[in-house]
Amino acid sequence: MSDVHNHSPSLKDSDTAEDTVWEQKIHFIDSVPRWLAMTFVFVVFVGTWQSVTSLGLVSPIILPTPMETLKDMIFVGQNLLTGGYMLGALWITIKEVIYGFALAIAIGFSLGVLVGETAFGEKAVMPYLVAIDTMPKVAFAPLFVAWLGFGIESKVALAAFIATFPIVVGTAAGLHAADENARMLFKTMGASRMQTLIKMKLPTGLPQVFTGLKIGAVGVMAGAITGEFLGGGKGFGELIRVAASQLNTPRVFSLILYLSLVGLVVFASVVWTQRKLVFWHKEQVGRDDF
Amino acid sequence: MNAAAAQEFSGAPLGTPVYELTHLSKTYARNLVVALEDINLTLRKGSFTSVIGSSGCGKSTLLKIMAGLIPPTKGRVILQGLPVTGPRRDIGMMFQQATLFPWKTAVENIVLPIEIRDGKAAAKQAMGKAHELLDIVGLKGFENVYPNELSGGMAQRASICRMLITEPAVLLLDEPFSALDELSRDMMNMELQRICHEQDATAFLVTHSIQEAVILSDEIVVLKPRPGRIAEIVKVDLPRPRTLDMMTTPKFGAIVDYIRGLLDKGEEM
Repeated sequence: MSDVHNHSPSLKDSDTAEDTVWEQKIHFIDSVPRWLAMTFVFVVFVGTWQSVTSLGLVSPIILPTPMETLKDMIFVGQNLLTGGYMLGALWITIKEVIYGFALAIAIGFSLGVLVGETAFGEKAVMPYLVAIDTMPKVAFAPLFVAWLGFGIESKVALAAFIATFPIVVGTAAGLHAADENARMLFKTMGASRMQTLIKMKLPTGLPQVFTGLKIGAVGVMAGAITGEFLGGGKGFGELIRVAASQLNTPRVFSLILYLSLVGLVVFASVVWTQRKLVFWHKEQVGRDDF
Repeated sequence: MNAAAAQEFSGAPLGTPVYELTHLSKTYARNLVVALEDINLTLRKGSFTSVIGSSGCGKSTLLKIMAGLIPPTKGRVILQGLPVTGPRRDIGMMFQQATLFPWKTAVENIVLPIEIRDGKAAAKQAMGKAHELLDIVGLKGFENVYPNELSGGMAQRASICRMLITEPAVLLLDEPFSALDELSRDMMNMELQRICHEQDATAFLVTHSIQEAVILSDEIVVLKPRPGRIAEIVKVDLPRPRTLDMMTTPKFGAIVDYIRGLLDKGEEM
């Protein structure tokens, strides 16, 4: 008992602020809100851009000023909003992206299950998938054009072709994600192979499936635009190609910016679906994407 | 004392045989390692048996064969009069990890074995029973909580419920609390004793901890390694219900020392 009495006063003494000998420091960046940090980078970027152009370091044909680009963006925006020819072109590209992504998901997921779940798929199919995946897929574009023509079909095919592989890999990896304990547990419950797949392996692997989907969402945009560059048609990529050939760089810049909005929407919808579906994996979603 | 004699000596006062293992051997074909050799063991109704031995003595293999997860090379396992040839409903199993699925709430995790065997409708009907079980293990109010909001001990409590939902005749426990801290482990062991008593369950525990084995068991099967054989079946005649303060009694200490001696001998071989 006497021990307690001896110790307690000294504990109280050291409990005051002046006695803190090792103060916890907060880094400056941790106290800055994200929007402010992002605005800072944006201002630096545009400022550098403006100075490079106004100092005449680069020819205006190669790099337009931020102001010119903004003006062109407003022009393109008006055209899009008033249902001009650009809206038609954008709509074509959006359709290519949506169809291409849907096709890639269907094929990629099925192949992923085949490769990830069956020994046959892993032994006999996977090596071919790896071999094809290492090929530069854009090189297939002329083939798709020869097979499917100059319409949207050849673009959809290239977009799907590029986006399929990450989805296959993500799905296959996801199916291997379940640990030994979960497998054993399902075995003790007498679960069938189908039940194990649907009720355990697939949900366990959803985060990896979505990682594949996110890489695929980026690839599908690249595929559609590359297809339009190489296979003509009436999409947004064609507008970019024409503007570039006319050395209309402000137009190229603003078209790319609008196009990236489409890409952002596709990507964001994948992330949104992931948050709804893989709600138990929240922290990972945040770290991966932003 | 040889294995057969030990068995006769220890089994007498308990209930009817539930599990009967006769001349059980397991050789792994891939590397010809003899994991188990001539295991003979009878578990009686309502008894608590532990198996203890150094790593590599084949205790996990034994448990897997008993659970119908892998076939033995020789010998047979009879559970409630029927040979075990695969996973069975009357076997409840629990592992070191709780392995609750994060996309299901606690109660949904608990009725999962019913969902797998009898479908969603049956699982829904079993919800009431799941609630009762959660109440028994002290998790009332956590029915609709997702597993990542549960502590390690709470998760293991939920996995006890999942094991009990099919009303199994035997509980096979593979180091169920060894991932928990010591305080929680002691508490969970007492809880396990209470549940086994209330359900009149026949339990078989694989453990690394001599103390844990002694405080819980009626009989302790000491395995010696390479190949895994029964060195001795030690009877624990501490009164029931067991309490944690029994762990400080001389009798408890004597049994622990005796088993440690057996295990040390096993290591030399």
